Amino acid sequence: MNLKPEPLAFELSSPGRVGVALPKRDVPAVPVPEALLRDELKLPELDELTVVRHFTRLSQKNYSIDTEFYPLGSCTMKYNPKANEAAAALPGWKGSHPLASDRCNQGSIELIWKLQESLKAIGGFEAVSLQPAAGAHGELAGVFMIRAYHLSRGDSRRVKMLIPDSAHGTNPASCTMAGLTTVTIPSDADGGVDMAALKAACDDTVAGIMITNPSTLGLFERNIEAIARIVHEAGGLVYGDGANMNALTGVLRPADVGIDVMHFNLHKTFSTPHGGGGPGVGMVGAGKALAAFLPGPIAGRKGEAYAMEVPERTIGRMKAFYGNFGVLVRAYTYIRMLGAEGLRRVAESAVLNANYLKARLEKAYPVKYPRRCMHEFVAMGNFADGVHTLDIAKRMIDYGFHPPTIYFPLIVPEALMIEPTETESKETLDGFVEAMLKIAEEARTSPELLREAPHATPVGRLDEVAAARCPVLCYRG
Amino acid sequence: MSVDKNSRYRSSHEWARKDGARYLVGISDHAQEALGDIVFVELPEVGKQLKQGEAFGVIESVKAASDVYMPMSGKVVAVNDAVSGDPALVNREPYAGGWLVAIEASAPAEWDGLLDPAAYEAEAGKE
Amino acid sequence: MPFIPNTDADREAMLAAVGARSVEELFSDIPADKRFPKLGLPEGLSELEALREIEAMASRNEVASKSAWFLGAGAYNHFIPAAVPALASRGEFLSAYTPYQPEVSQGTLQAIFEYQSMAAELFGVDTVNASHYDGATALAEAVIMALNHGGSGRPRIMLPAALHPEYKDVVRTYLAAFPVEVEEYAGEPAAAGADARTACVVAAYPDFEGRVRDLSGAAEAAHAAGALFIVSADPIMLGLLKSPGSMGADIVTAEGQSLGNAMNYGGPFLGMMGATQKFVRKMPGRIVGQAADHDGRRGFVLTLSAREQHIRREKAVSNICSNQGLAMLQATVYLEALGKGGLRAVAELCWNKAHYAAGLIAEIPGFAVADGEYFKEFVVKTPVPAASIVEKLERRGVMPGLALSRYYPDRTHELLVCVTEMNTREQIELLARSLEEASV
Repeated sequence: MNLKPEPLAFELSSPGRVGVALPKRDVPAVPVPEALLRDELKLPELDELTVVRHFTRLSQKNYSIDTEFYPLGSCTMKYNPKANEAAAALPGWKGSHPLASDRCNQGSIELIWKLQESLKAIGGFEAVSLQPAAGAHGELAGVFMIRAYHLSRGDSRRVKMLIPDSAHGTNPASCTMAGLTTVTIPSDADGGVDMAALKAACDDTVAGIMITNPSTLGLFERNIEAIARIVHEAGGLVYGDGANMNALTGVLRPADVGIDVMHFNLHKTFSTPHGGGGPGVGMVGAGKALAAFLPGPIAGRKGEAYAMEVPERTIGRMKAFYGNFGVLVRAYTYIRMLGAEGLRRVAESAVLNANYLKARLEKAYPVKYPRRCMHEFVAMGNFADGVHTLDIAKRMIDYGFHPPTIYFPLIVPEALMIEPTETESKETLDGFVEAMLKIAEEARTSPELLREAPHATPVGRLDEVAAARCPVLCYRG
Repeated sequence: MSVDKNSRYRSSHEWARKDGARYLVGISDHAQEALGDIVFVELPEVGKQLKQGEAFGVIESVKAASDVYMPMSGKVVAVNDAVSGDPALVNREPYAGGWLVAIEASAPAEWDGLLDPAAYEAEAGKE
Repeated sequence: MPFIPNTDADREAMLAAVGARSVEELFSDIPADKRFPKLGLPEGLSELEALREIEAMASRNEVASKSAWFLGAGAYNHFIPAAVPALASRGEFLSAYTPYQPEVSQGTLQAIFEYQSMAAELFGVDTVNASHYDGATALAEAVIMALNHGGSGRPRIMLPAALHPEYKDVVRTYLAAFPVEVEEYAGEPAAAGADARTACVVAAYPDFEGRVRDLSGAAEAAHAAGALFIVSADPIMLGLLKSPGSMGADIVTAEGQSLGNAMNYGGPFLGMMGATQKFVRKMPGRIVGQAADHDGRRGFVLTLSAREQHIRREKAVSNICSNQGLAMLQATVYLEALGKGGLRAVAELCWNKAHYAAGLIAEIPGFAVADGEYFKEFVVKTPVPAASIVEKLERRGVMPGLALSRYYPDRTHELLVCVTEMNTREQIELLARSLEEASV
C-alpha cells in the first residue's frame, strides 16, 4: 500500500497547465452570446504526468482482488479474468451507438441475444432482460413486473410483499418504490423461513415474496418448493434475489423450484469487475407468467438477423438504451470460456471453499447456524471481552486481507460474513485461516492490538461521526 | 440507563413532561444509548398538528436511523434548534437540553395513559 | 481451469477437513430431482477461441471511428484521452468493491470526493453524489426527491415536451406506482405553469432537440408556486455556458457519458446528480465526505448513510445501492486531464463546429435549421424523409444524425444532427454535400 498522503487534484493544480492537447479550430469562430456564458470554472489545471501519478498513487491505496484476498460476504469477490477486459475493450463495441440502426449494430445485438440465451439456460427462464444496471435495479424491475401482473388481471388488492428478516435492505426499499408495503417474515431456528409465519401472512392481499436463496446466512432454503407452493396458492408470485447465484450455477435452475422472476448480479456470479462500486448488471429472468412484462427492449432473432424488440406487456424502460453493455460483454466472455461444465465447477468449488473455511474457523469463531453452508457462512466476532467484530475486521487488514462483510445480516449479532469464492487456492485459504486464528488469540491476550487496528494503512480509523455531523462533501479551496 | 422521574414514556422510547402550559418531548437515555453517537436530528415545522403515535421526526446515528413518535397529540409550538446545531446534545442530556419539540397538548389526559418511570424502566430493561 | 486453482488433491484434503465424502454431498439440501440439470450451453472455449469469436461479433458493428459521425441524441462521440482508460482500468480500481472499509479504500474514496467536487462546480450546486445508473434514472430519482419533498398535496410533475423520449419513459416507469400527474409543457421553463399542486418543474439544458433555453426566471417561477426546479444538463456544455445552479436550480442531473466514457452501445453510462445544501440529506445514492483519523490525518469515508437502503430499508430515500464507479472514475480522470482550459476548449470546438455545420446545411436548397440557440445539436428540416437520408448515407460512411421519426412517427422530415470536436471541417463539408445528394 502507498502510505504517503496524496494531495487532492485541486492542491496539485497550477494555473495554465493542461493535460490534453486538442485540435486547433478549423472552422470560423462564432461568438457565444454574453447572456449564456459562464464566468468561472474552478477545475484543477494539471499536466498529464501529474494526472498519471495522482491516479496511480491513489490506486495503490486500495485493496482489490488483483492484490489481496477479498472474502467480502454476499459480494462474490471472485477473480475477474483479464480476457473479459480484452473483450470489452474491442473497438467494435466502443464506437457502437445505441441509436444507430439495428443493421449497424448486428454485433452488439447478437452478443446481447447470446447472453440472454445463456442466462435463460442457467436459470431455466422463459425470457430475460439485460437492461437493469444493478441488482437493486433488477429487483425494482421484478417488483414492478409483479405489480403489473396483478393489475393486468384486475387484481388491485395485492399490495403486500413478504420479505424474510435476513434479506438485503434493497428488497424492502424496492418494494416501497413500487408502492408495495412489506411484511417481515422471521427466520426459524435453522436459519430458514419460518413456515408458520409465512402461512399466517398469506392472504389475498399478498403480491408475492422476495426470497434470497441461498439466503444471506449462506444457507440453502430447504423449503423453497413448499414456500413457492404456499405463496402461489395464495395468488402471489415468487421473486428470487439472485445475489447468491454463485452457489447454484449448474447445480439448480431457480425456475425449477417455483421462482417466477429473479435477478442475477452479473458483477458477482459472472465475474465482471465491481469497479469500486459499479457498474453492474441486474439481469431479470422470468417464467411464463411474467415474461411478457419484462423491461426492454431486449434482443430478438429473425432468421440470421438480430433486432431489439419490446416485450409485449412491458413495464417500460428501466434506463435509457439497453443496459450496461460493456458489462454484458465481460459476462458473456466468461460464460463462453467456462461452458456448462465450468459453471458447475464454479459453484462446486465456491461451496467447497466456504465449507472448508467454516470447518477450520468455527471453533474459534462461533457460527450461529452450524449447518453445512453454501458459498458463504456467517460467523460471530464477539467471543472475547471488549472486542467487537469491527476490531477483528480491522485487524485482518494488518494481516493483508480485506475484511469480510460485517454486521450483516442483521439477525446475527456481531456478524462476520465470509465468502471465499472459487477462485482462491487452498494455500490462500490456509493463510487466511492462520491469520484468523492468530487474531482470535490476540483478541484474548492483547485486545488493544485489535482495537487500534489497522496499523499500516494510509489512514487509521476515521471519525465517521464527525464526518456525518458536519459533512464536508466537496473541496473548499 | 437513567429515567427522568418527572416524565412519562412511550414504549418506543419517547418521553413527555409538563413544562408550564406546554409539554416537552424527547427520547430516553436508553434510546440515545442504543442509537449511539447521534449525527443528525430532523424536526417538524412549528405549527404542525400531530396525533399520538404519529412520527414527527428522525434521529440518525452513523449506523442507524430511527423515527420518533408523538407520545401525545398536539400542535408543535417550538422545536429545539440547539439539537439541530449540536445533535450530540441528545446523547449528553436526553432529558434536559436535548429535548426535541414542545407541544400544546390537545388531549392532556393522554399523558396519564403513558408509562410511568418505573414501568418504562422495567420494559426498556427487557430489551 | 485457469480461474479455479484447486487440484484434485486439494479437493480431497478439503473434503476431509469438512467431513464430506464428495463435493456432491455438499449440495444435499437441494431437491434431489432438480439437482445438477443439463444446461444446454455450448462447451467452454479457451481464451484464444473465445476472444476470436467475440472479436468476429464486434467487427459486425459499424462504428463511429470508421465514419463521419453526426449521431448523438443522448450518446455522444467525444474524444477520450489515452490516460483515461489507462488509469481507470488499473486492477486496483477495477477489482475493488464499494469502499466500505475506508482504511483500505482511500484510492476509490478520494477519487469519488474529487469527482463530487468537480461535478458540483460544473453544476453550480453544493453537493453531488457518487453517481446513478445513467442520466435518465438520475432524473427519475430527482423527480421522486421532489415528490417526497412536496408531500401528497403536490402530485404534479412538469416535464419539458422536448425531454429525451427515453428519459420520459424511464420517469414514467419509476413513477408507475405513485399517484402522480406527469404533464408536459412546451416552450420556456419559466412559463411551465407550476401551481400549488406542482412538485417540480424539470428543464432540459439543452433539450433533446439541442435547443438551449433561457433558464433565467424559471427557478423563481417554480419557487413562487412552492415547486422545485430540476435541470437535466449536458456536462460538456457546462464547460462553457452558465451552470444550472447559478440560475437557481435545486437539483441538477446529467448524463455524464460524454466525460471520458465511450458510447459502447449505450452503457455503462454515468448518471450525475447534485443538489443545493438544503437537500443533502434527502438525496439518494452514495456520498463521500472528508474525515480525520485519530492522528488528524485527512481521509475520506462514505457518509450520511442513514439515508440508504442498508440502514433504512423500506424507509430509505431510494433502493439504489451501487454507483457507476468505473464510469465515474473515467469522468474524474477526464475532467482532471482536461482541466479548466481543456473542458472549455472542447465545448468551444463543439459550439463552433456545430454552428459551422448548421450554417452550411441551412444553405442547401430544401433544408432548414430550426430557430433558437443550440450548443452541439440542432434539428434540420429535410425535403425528403429523414429516415431515408439516414439509411442511404449510413451505407456510405456518413452517419448524418437521428431521424426524429424514430420517436415521433409524424415528424418524418426532421433530422437531429450532432457535431462535436471529433468532426473535422472536411467531415462537416462531406455531411453537407451528402445531405444534398441524398435529398434528390
